Amino acid sequence: MEGTKMDARVDECERDDGNTQEDAPMEESEQNNKDMEVAPALVSVHPTQSSVAVALGSDLRVFNLLDNSAVSLMDESGGAYHNDSIRCIKYGTNGKLFVSAGDDKLVKVWSTDCWRCISTVVSEKRVSAVAISNDGLHVCFADKFGVVWVVDLPGFDGTKASLNQKAVPLLAHYCSIITSLEFSPDGRFIVSADRDFKIRVTVFPKKPLDGAHEIQSFCLGHTEFVSCLAFICTPDSPQGILVSGGGDSTVRMWDIISGSLLDTCEVGTKVEPNATEGNCSTVTNICTIPECTLIAVAIQSLRGIMLLTCDLSSRTLSVSKVVSIDGENFVPTSLGSSISGGLLWMVTGASKFRGSDVSSLSRVKVISGFKKSNPNASEQEPTVLADSEIPGGAKLLEKLQGSISIDEKVFLAAADAVKTAMCNLLIKKQYSDEKREFRKRTRNDKKSKQ
Amino acid sequence: MLQNKGNPTINKSTGLPRKRFYRARAHSNPLSDSHFPVPLSPSHVDYSQHYPQLFPAADQTGTYKKIQFADIGCGFGGLLISLSTLFPETLMIGMELRDKVTEYVKERILGLRVANPGRYQNVSVVRTNSMKYIPNYFEKGQLSKMFFLFPDPHFKEKNHRRRVISPQLLDEYAYVLQVGGIIYTITDVEELGEWMKSCLQNHLMFEPLSQKELEADPVVKLLSTATEEGQKVARNGGQTFQVVYRRITPAS
Repeated sequence: MEGTKMDARVDECERDDGNTQEDAPMEESEQNNKDMEVAPALVSVHPTQSSVAVALGSDLRVFNLLDNSAVSLMDESGGAYHNDSIRCIKYGTNGKLFVSAGDDKLVKVWSTDCWRCISTVVSEKRVSAVAISNDGLHVCFADKFGVVWVVDLPGFDGTKASLNQKAVPLLAHYCSIITSLEFSPDGRFIVSADRDFKIRVTVFPKKPLDGAHEIQSFCLGHTEFVSCLAFICTPDSPQGILVSGGGDSTVRMWDIISGSLLDTCEVGTKVEPNATEGNCSTVTNICTIPECTLIAVAIQSLRGIMLLTCDLSSRTLSVSKVVSIDGENFVPTSLGSSISGGLLWMVTGASKFRGSDVSSLSRVKVISGFKKSNPNASEQEPTVLADSEIPGGAKLLEKLQGSISIDEKVFLAAADAVKTAMCNLLIKKQYSDEKREFRKRTRNDKKSKQ
Repeated sequence: MLQNKGNPTINKSTGLPRKRFYRARAHSNPLSDSHFPVPLSPSHVDYSQHYPQLFPAADQTGTYKKIQFADIGCGFGGLLISLSTLFPETLMIGMELRDKVTEYVKERILGLRVANPGRYQNVSVVRTNSMKYIPNYFEKGQLSKMFFLFPDPHFKEKNHRRRVISPQLLDEYAYVLQVGGIIYTITDVEELGEWMKSCLQNHLMFEPLSQKELEADPVVKLLSTATEEGQKVARNGGQTFQVVYRRITPAS
């Protein structure tokens, strides 16, 4: 296994990347060193599906499904919303909190009752992953240098907003970008995955502010960067079964107590050639669908999702089916599901791309009809819902997409941007020597004075 | 393997490599991604490549013996060579980031094996970045000793994060060390010695060895005498600062 991170499949992505990043580096950087990078659209669903959130660039859009209304966010904690691309969003499992963070080095914690920002934490570096502890007392976020930070949440009475809660280091993956952060269902462990193929399982201590020093295990086996993590809840293991997806086009299942690899599913070989463009079958996102042992997998260039079943007794993974999205050039950039709703929410899109009047795209779709583990249930096929059948309907689409319908031209213009956005996220950039020198000179990672 | 005919890098009479052909800068940047192979997991470490006499077959499932000592930043291999004869039944490995220096140690071990049949079969070296890949080489609780001799001090405060002993990296060292396993550190830079002591003191998975235990441990004497770096410090009349701690089960 080589230490290099590039292979033939992603070379294609890098070459496409040339137009947006590498050519004419000097002028772009001089005019605005902080040009927003193209960022993929993200979606997250409230545990009881009372709301759905979409992040597109620096814009955070939330729709309240209980009273079918668009949510206005209130942010009085000092930051005027996010001012650069949001990279990660997540609801806490107890449903009371929501966190958003990204390239503006701000971590914002929101109360899901009133959608007011109750806390803004400043990070030294750009944030690449976030997680909320199951008891809602702590927020953890990972920066691009591999450090996972933890911050105490203010006593929850929803009144006082606070700025500059001080975060402390919890643990670190040395010099690796952390791509995903998840708590185990029982809250005993925090799992962190990085771009250097590693997954680390750490005991989440009673006093997290002192650091999480006890490593439970390492889940080693991916032969490329690990891009996403998810947990399957099962009655016999309170710590759940961990599932991960990566740049090696596999989805893997792990026992986090021992770190052993339970099964590997080579999704790359299962994708039909005509369903994807080129040979790019990096796993970009996974989402478990509660109440049935199904895992939805988003694969780069697949117009739809692949469903995997997990057999809990034999602890194996197998491909169940591919759900294609017809009629639209829809490659999901993010997946989400609630604990109870039985729906899979998907979004595709990217911010800030050229080649169209509209500079960003966000398109939301929903799949329903997942077979529950009840053998008496009639045979249900997962189907992609029409816009009119989506909870929240046109109002939701208007809020989360920015408009009810999207022009095909916008999709085409966005296709490249979407691909670039995912590549940027996951592939290590190779700079020319001059560009690297320039970056060293203009680097700004000084500790913020507090 | 050994090319002593007409190869000036190897001393013809001893069969050992000449150091002047393997000179390298003392410093190497641990942040840059070098291209060397990394095992996928500890079960993928090829013991037959490192210890050919002890593991003749390339495929050994359930090897009875695993590496127990690791010298992190082993340099020119002085400590490993001394440990090899002091603990002939124990498997040990050196980890070094610099290419040339790793080659030197490889040749040194090969030369010693030829000149001393049956000995030095338990020691090897690998070129790797131990700050990133230690979990790839060692299972949980596998090691009984870890050595950090004269690590790069990284004097500037902004470079402190590159130090090989840090609160976060100690988590990983605690993971690969068995309970009761020992971590040995030594430096001639007082500030670094204070730093390492403070990191270990504040880490809940480590406790210091008592003075009695330090005196009784034969390895402790080797820290300042066995390596080229240590001998240089002694020649220059410098002072060394030792910090030796034991891996414990944290009180919960």
